[in-house]
This record gives sequence, C-alpha cells and structure tokens, in this order.
Amino acid sequence: MLTQDLSGTKAAAATEPSLLFPYVLQLADTSLILAHRLSEWCGHGPILEQDLAMANIALDLLGEARSYYQYAAELEGQGRTEDDLAYLRSAVEYRNPLLVEQPNGDFAHTILRQFLFDNFHYHLLRKLKDGPDAQLAAIAEKSVKEAAYHLKWSSEWVIRLGDGTDESRKRLDKAIATLWRFAGELTTPTAAETALQEIGVLPDYATLLPEMQAHTEHVFAEANVPLPTAVFAQLGGKTGRHSEHLGYLLSELQYMQRTYPGLTW
Amino acid sequence: MVIPATSAPTEARIWQLLEEVSDPEVPVLSILDLGIVRGVAVEGDKITVTITPTYSGCPAMNTIATDIRLRLLAEGYTHLTIHNQLSPAWTTDWMSQAGREKLEAYGIAPPVDGTATGHMLNLFGKDTAVRCPICKSEHTHLVSQFGSTACKAHYQCDDCLEPFDYFKCHN
Ligand SMILES: [Zn+2]
Repeated sequence: MLTQDLSGTKAAAATEPSLLFPYVLQLADTSLILAHRLSEWCGHGPILEQDLAMANIALDLLGEARSYYQYAAELEGQGRTEDDLAYLRSAVEYRNPLLVEQPNGDFAHTILRQFLFDNFHYHLLRKLKDGPDAQLAAIAEKSVKEAAYHLKWSSEWVIRLGDGTDESRKRLDKAIATLWRFAGELTTPTAAETALQEIGVLPDYATLLPEMQAHTEHVFAEANVPLPTAVFAQLGGKTGRHSEHLGYLLSELQYMQRTYPGLTW
Repeated sequence: MVIPATSAPTEARIWQLLEEVSDPEVPVLSILDLGIVRGVAVEGDKITVTITPTYSGCPAMNTIATDIRLRLLAEGYTHLTIHNQLSPAWTTDWMSQAGREKLEAYGIAPPVDGTATGHMLNLFGKDTAVRCPICKSEHTHLVSQFGSTACKAHYQCDDCLEPFDYFKCHN
C-alpha cells in the first residue's frame, strides 16, 4: 500500500500518544467498518445512481479511515502499519460503535443507519478540525467537506422514505425500531474519550447535541415521522463488546490478508 | 537503468516537468491544472514535491505520486520525496482557468465557483445551474450528487438530453 509521509503544514501532535492512540484507532475502525458495510451494496443498489452514491460514500470513509490508521500506527510507534491495524486484529480489538457494524438490511435500514452516523460524524468533524491536535485537525478539515455531502444525502432520503409511500414509511419505521437504540453510543464517551475531553483534545459531546438534535428534528418533521422518545442506548462496541455481526464482517474484510499474509497491490 | 541527470534541478525545471504529468482519471488535465501540487523545493540534488488529495479516498493519488516519480526519474533526478499534505484541504478554487476550459472541451462541466453544498440543512435546495458541455444549454438538472468518481456529480441536459459529468465545486 501507499507509504507516503502524511505530514501536513500543521505541526506534530503534542498530545500524549498513548492517550490518543486508542481514540484514533476508534475513529479509524468506525469509518472502515461503515465503509465496508456500504461497499456491500455495490452492484445491489435500488437504482444505479444510489448504488454509485453508496460506493462514493464508502470510498470517502475508507480514505478517511486510512488517514486515521496511518496516524494511529505513527502514535503507537511499534512498527505496525496501517494494514496491520486494519486487517490483522481480532473482533474484540475493534473499537467501532455498534451502529456501524449492523447489517445493511433493506435500503431504508441502510439510510437510517447512515443518517444517525452522518449527523454525529459531520458535527464531530466540525469541532475536530479546530481542535488542538494538528494531525486530527488536518484529517477532519479534509473529511468534513465530504461528510457534509453524506449528511445531505442521507437526510434527504430519510425525508423521501418517511414522506413517500406506505411501504417506504413502513420500512423506515422498522429501521427506527431496530437501529435507534445504537445512536446513543456515539455520544456516550468511554473512559478513554472522557480522558481526552478533560484535556481538551476532544470536544465535550454535550456541545454537539443541540445541533445534532435540531437537525434530527428538522429532518423528521419534513419526513412527517414522529421522533422516538426515551430510547435505551445500547453500548459496547467502543469498548470491544460487539454484536455477532462484526465477526462475519471481519472474516470477509480480512480474508485476503489472512490467507496471503503480507499481500500488497 | 539510471539515466544521469542532464542538468542540476531547478524549481522552474521541476514545475515544467510536473506540467507533463496528467491526472489519470481526467487525462486532459495536468496535475497543475487540477491544483494538487502545493509546492516544489529543491536543495542541491534533493527534490521535494508536495501534493494534496482532492478527496480522502481518491484512488488516483497513488498513481499520481508514481507518475511524478517516474517523470522526474526519467530526467535522472533520483533524490525525490513526495509529501502528501492534507492541510490546507484542496479546493476547486485551485483549478486553473486553462484546466476549466480543457475540462469543458473534454465533455465535463467545470466547477461553478461558490456553489459548494453550503449548509447541509439546505435540503432539496435548488441545484447549481450547470452549463451543458455538449450543446452549452443552461437547461440542465442534477441526477445525483455522486457521479462516476468522487470529484464529480451526475447531470443531464434538458435540451440535448445528454447525460454528463459535472466537476463539483469543493471549497
Ligand atoms: Zn445539452
């Protein structure tokens, strides 16, 4: 794979690498796993344009994941590469939230999963790009432009499906009933995230919530769909306690590196 | 085989050679037209070229880095470093006027400045008015924000009915 120097004009990180490493890995895993899920749609989309849209979004997220993995490898400083981190860890070592590993289901299910993620991702990147860690800020500055397109796309589709036909509405309702429980994990900090919030490297997630909530309310009002209330938040993925789905996903994702160790393009 | 350098590298000479490296996905554009070369530094016989990706996942970046290397190696310049720099993030404002004209002649509508997605709350907002690169009609509509590559959206002309790629404004 690519072995270029990733350094930008911004100076090197000043944060304690051992604190930052697990969090950067979490960001990397999150984008990688969702990119993989979206890429499963390739060739199966409901129409060609939306098939392409999902492949495009997957590619953006994969590019973002690579930048995080390269940075994580540098922070760890143990000689592991971005490929080692992406392909050669076991399921319990992955730090992605449960939401992004959930299976695609139907199109409405994929759209709602994407909407919940995009709404968090976009608002988080907007904060990270002005954050104190130079490398994270550079990656966020790059990715936030792409995340804005993603959020617009998934928001418009939530509206089309919610305000569409009886069938599309029924499917969106089913997706809400299944997936909403995984939204809370995104903004529930782990001990590792809290430690970074305390030193100001990460934004306090409470500061993201008003804008996220306002956007959700706007989209659901346009979609004529009532917002679910008082939903239980299922936690686990960010601390390595995953659903059974991740193992199956990884067996496909890691197949080439496990079968042909050290394989490169 | 290593060809000995014909002359000591100068920044001007390197820029000249980079003009000959084309974008692998839109071959009418040089990488300078595209605005992804952010700097050239020459120190003795050491050459550093700084490039920035258009989109995070752009698969052309590896090829572009290799093509730069090959073009400079062909002149005998062997001490090369290629920096991939993320910040400041690439914007279509850096695309040259010549590049925009070449794009349209190639059948891809060039970016319309100042029309980036804007605020993401502008859902179902009015599409950017993009001129058809074939018949030059302004009567066109957006088919999808996501086109054949990360940098393009998919449009169709309402007059000549031709579908075409639009190089998205990105800033
Ligand atoms: Zn036309």
